Amino acid sequence: MKGFLLSFRSEFYKTRKTLGFWGAIILPVLISSLAFVAVYTKSDNFVKMPPMGQWIQFSMIGLGSMGSLLLPIYTIFVAYSVNNVEHKADTWKTLFSLPISRWAVYSAKFLYALFLLFLCLTLFVVFNVAFGNLLSVVKPELKFNEYHIELLLIQVYYKLLLSALGILSIQFLLSLLWADFLKPMGLGFVATITGVILASNNWEYSYLFPYAHPMGAIKSMVKNNNGPARMLEIDIYTKDVYVSLIIAVVVFIAGYYIVQRKSVK
Amino acid sequence: MVIKTEGLSFSFGAQQVVKSLSLQVPAGSIYGFLGPNGAGKTTTIKMLLNLLKTGEGSIHIFGQELQSNRINILSQIGSLIEQPAIYHHLTGKENLMNRALLLQVSEQRVDEMLKLVQLTNAAGKKAGQYSLGMKQRLGIALALLSDPKLLILDEPTNGLDPNGIIEIRELLMRLVAGGKTVFISSHLLAEIEKMATHVGIINNGKLMFQGTIHDLQNINQPMIRIEVDNTVDAANFLKRNNFTVNDINHDHLYVPFISKQQIGDINTLLVQNGMTVFSINKHHKDLEQLFLDITQSN
Repeated sequence: MKGFLLSFRSEFYKTRKTLGFWGAIILPVLISSLAFVAVYTKSDNFVKMPPMGQWIQFSMIGLGSMGSLLLPIYTIFVAYSVNNVEHKADTWKTLFSLPISRWAVYSAKFLYALFLLFLCLTLFVVFNVAFGNLLSVVKPELKFNEYHIELLLIQVYYKLLLSALGILSIQFLLSLLWADFLKPMGLGFVATITGVILASNNWEYSYLFPYAHPMGAIKSMVKNNNGPARMLEIDIYTKDVYVSLIIAVVVFIAGYYIVQRKSVK
Repeated sequence: MVIKTEGLSFSFGAQQVVKSLSLQVPAGSIYGFLGPNGAGKTTTIKMLLNLLKTGEGSIHIFGQELQSNRINILSQIGSLIEQPAIYHHLTGKENLMNRALLLQVSEQRVDEMLKLVQLTNAAGKKAGQYSLGMKQRLGIALALLSDPKLLILDEPTNGLDPNGIIEIRELLMRLVAGGKTVFISSHLLAEIEKMATHVGIINNGKLMFQGTIHDLQNINQPMIRIEVDNTVDAANFLKRNNFTVNDINHDHLYVPFISKQQIGDINTLLVQNGMTVFSINKHHKDLEQLFLDITQSN
């Protein structure tokens, strides 16, 4: 456990000046600011909506872009980034000759990538709520202050996080095994595009394909209970989320056995 | 023995790169692990650090089997393998601080190491901007950070200028005087022979020689080196007089040394027969030549 904590801290220490880390902060800031500007400049379209509608329209700018493309691509990039630090510096050999178990080194790296994803999505929630409330301050005719969307947002972004875990585990392993940029990123992009096409065309088996999960998560988030609109409920544990979790666990464990048997170059 | 391997072998696919290696590295020694490029030195070192899975044979370090005592053994080893592994986007000091964090070593120790390898002034500079020599020194500081009992260094003087090489040599000799053991690989004997107490010579994955530096010098037969005006005539003349001539070049010829008296006899013989002798003396082949002889004999 100590080895794991030390490795995790070291992951933060060495990536804190890389784009992989700052991406987790810049991405939500950027998308939320764009959403803010969009609603601010087109506030006339929003004024007539009820407060919940305003929030949903506003939040869907971030959710839509994350669900369709940004989340899979950022996940692919994070998985690449945490491993590329070692490939570029040729430090796998020193990492694996430290008096720390291989399991601790491997799992700390994976969980750090997961942490970056978590950080990114948490900041999406935080900035989404903050910018929404800011909008009702700078444009009092907008009624963002009359509805609380926090819980719903947390649930949706949590669902997004779970739906990205399958991609993360696959991309993490690919980036760990391949030192070059093109193979894991290229494969990841092609798979993401495929996933978007499958999910947006409602292919019935798209829930089995991890790269289709973020988009599937957005599509399946609203519970179909035909209740009144005010009773919006988020369905977190849909079957695509379960598939994502199973893939994440299986690939993560398989990855460890591959790493353990692998000779370090 | 700090390092003891028995029948150590390793193959990359069908190609066997290390063949039944039995190393014996005594405590407190500077063990020079010599061999030409591609001889299997780095592969052996990676096996000693458990980075490559041993094909056959066993490795014991500090008397313990490596595989089953991996963490305990690695906590007492500092290593530098091939080119130093350095994060280029971090400064020199940050590279050390990161390792210090993993090894739970204090910042004070980091500063001491920076001073030791004379990087204090460049501590705040990005390591990517370091010269090759500075990177190598940082690599050595990283290896020394945990104050390990055993240092395993793979070609640590690569890219260093003569001054840097001398500094590293003196540093290693100080460390050994303080009770540490150093296992150092090189393809240059000249670099090692001034500090090594023990030597292992590897070629094509096979150990060709292992022993103390004196053992190595002892297998090096002394010769009489004769400088004359015409080496070919002199060689023919000596052969006619039942001397063995081992080697001959434009300036010198070499005859196996037996006694001082024999040097006088040869001198007299040559001079009396009208040849001009410029110099005649007892000569040891330098270790470089010996190294080449050993590695090329197979």
